[in-house]
Amino acid sequence: MAKTITQEFTKGLWAEIPPFRLVLGLCPVLGVTTTMENGIGMGLATTFVLLCSNILVSALRNIIPPKVRIACFIIIIATFVIVVELVMQAYAYPLFLKLGLFIPLIVVNCIVLGRAEAFASKNGLLPSMADGLGIGIGFTLSLAALGAIREIFGTGTFFGASVFGPSFQPFTFMIQAPGAFVCLGLMLCIMNLFE
Amino acid sequence: MRELIKMVVVLTVLAAFSGGLLAGLRNGTAAQIEKQQLEFVKGPAIKKILEGASNDPIADRFKILDGDVERSFFVGKFDGKADTVAFESFGKGYGGDVGLMVAVKLDTDKIVGIEVTTHSETPGLGAMAKDDPAFTSQFEGFSITEPVKVTNDGGQVNAISGATITSRAVCKATTDAGNIYKKLKPQLSEKIKEFNK
Repeated sequence: MAKTITQEFTKGLWAEIPPFRLVLGLCPVLGVTTTMENGIGMGLATTFVLLCSNILVSALRNIIPPKVRIACFIIIIATFVIVVELVMQAYAYPLFLKLGLFIPLIVVNCIVLGRAEAFASKNGLLPSMADGLGIGIGFTLSLAALGAIREIFGTGTFFGASVFGPSFQPFTFMIQAPGAFVCLGLMLCIMNLFE
Repeated sequence: MRELIKMVVVLTVLAAFSGGLLAGLRNGTAAQIEKQQLEFVKGPAIKKILEGASNDPIADRFKILDGDVERSFFVGKFDGKADTVAFESFGKGYGGDVGLMVAVKLDTDKIVGIEVTTHSETPGLGAMAKDDPAFTSQFEGFSITEPVKVTNDGGQVNAISGATITSRAVCKATTDAGNIYKKLKPQLSEKIKEFNK
């Protein structure tokens, strides 16, 4: 059954939203979502890589020999990751300092390789673009939501602005790694309730 | 056989194309990245080690060609006299290069202060070189023309515990800064006169 372009796009926003439904790419999800700003920055960087690599993999899918396809995908993905890294260094240096190591780690983010292997290498250009964009935006939204919750409870701020006033005692557990797991689990649980 | 050749050709072309693209982009963004580093990394370090300067050291900077490397020097004015320069050097740390900003008083050849700029050392261990002022303040007052070493190597600097490699890197960077300084001292003295007019 052929899906329409719109369906390919919207599936990434709910039915296959990456960290919750596919439970993929958890390393950056747990690592960088201590604030909402970090989450959005990481999400947008991943979206760009995902979109570009999906386009290129899809365009080259008949040229790439099947036996070395993973190597080819990795070259394509790594190239775009370095593009993101350099551009972020040049124009958003403070964000680059905060995300640091997690930017090069997009290369091994299994969402990106997963979409290249499972979708873009088997589908045409337009569906692949829609798929990359949809999954990417879904990933960004998930990171932003998780970042917002952890930031509000963990440091008592939202986008750097104080929410509860100076008397608030920050719940520091939330900005540590276990807090991310608990938060992710609860969000997954709420999503399942809505199903 | 045909398949083998195709695999090799596709991979080579892809890798070459990617390399070319990245080299171009790197050249294109190098100037902008340098500007950003100046603002967010070197800037705060310079302000810290040249604290109390009456001018803006980041605005009052000049470049000297050392062999084929261009080095930036930042001038600090104290009591109305430009007599201090800050510049960057590097040492090999545990996780890559450790960048170090060193400020030197020209008439005494003594170190005014040092501050780590860029590093990728372990948080809590090597990263203490940047976060713990007690370590870097040991270097104040040392003569820049003498080699600096940690106590384990017969020197005078107490290493950060658990981070000897990083401590050595900082010492090495300071020693290197001394070599640069010795080599460029005549030009430095010449240039700094312009700031005293």
